[in-house]
Amino acid sequence: MKFAIVVFPGSNCDWDAYWAVRSALGEDAEFVWHQEEKLPSGTDCVILPGGFSYGDYLRSGAIARFSPVMRAVVRFARAGGFVLGICNGFQILCEAGLLPGAFLRNRSLRFICRTVFIRVEREDTPFTNALTAGTVLRIPIAHGEGNYYVEPQTLRQLHEHGQILFRYCEADGAVTEAANPNGSVDNIAGVLNREGNVCGLMPHPERACEALLGSVDGLGIFRSIRHACSARHAVALVS
Amino acid sequence: MRRFAVRAVVSLRRSILDVQGKTVEQALQAIGFPMIAQVRIGKYIEMEVEASSAEEARAVGEEACRRLLANPVIEDYRIVEVEPVPAVAVGEPQ
Repeated sequence: MKFAIVVFPGSNCDWDAYWAVRSALGEDAEFVWHQEEKLPSGTDCVILPGGFSYGDYLRSGAIARFSPVMRAVVRFARAGGFVLGICNGFQILCEAGLLPGAFLRNRSLRFICRTVFIRVEREDTPFTNALTAGTVLRIPIAHGEGNYYVEPQTLRQLHEHGQILFRYCEADGAVTEAANPNGSVDNIAGVLNREGNVCGLMPHPERACEALLGSVDGLGIFRSIRHACSARHAVALVS
Repeated sequence: MRRFAVRAVVSLRRSILDVQGKTVEQALQAIGFPMIAQVRIGKYIEMEVEASSAEEARAVGEEACRRLLANPVIEDYRIVEVEPVPAVAVGEPQ
């Protein structure tokens, strides 16, 4: 399967994502410069990587969402293609309206760079099917504006439609205020769109795909996407 | 067509805790401003807009706020000033 990794000016986790897909997962990956108006043919999943696109000027992700490539990403997502936004990529997806919510400065006003625990809330999605609901993943975060915010009404809808995919938690899976690194509403670390094909998360699974780097817990997310794609291809073959 | 300076202020919505404003408020109180409260920090954006009237320039500024300058999920915006720009090219000595 093929991943397309979008590169904006200021992206800095593009190579990490490339490494995770090519070396750790063993699948194909191609970079796509933000000025491109089309995605590579045969793209199964688009990754919007972490970084500081356009220097995070104005608001994180606010300018990147108007990049030419984003029109192609929106079309791809509307057609059901899988899109994974990591950190700055999550912020861009929110700005683009592909995911609900917005980001505020971390509650502490500090940039936080450390490993946290997140709990998988659902296992029946393209991004978590290789994991088990309730599993705790050890994954690094690195952000200054990761304080996820939605209005109370939207939060209720997220719960109703099962769109909350990952929540910050303790090592044992308990979702506590103390385990919330940035002040995100309801300890939300990652969400899904209602259709289930677009996912954004603040933690960096691509930085947790090598034992040498401290954790391989991020690999489960990439494996899940691969499962989802092969399942889709299998359906396409028989139908 | 004339040119207008359009000035906008974008700030976090009232319902959202402004951690930065709160921290500055505490600093102000600590250095002798106990009478200051409710500090909120926003962004000030100045634009030059080509338009046939001040009203039109304001409408363009508001549209710019809606589409890019403010995120309606967390921010409010208001155009605080619209005034004609003197007919001197930017950067030229006055």
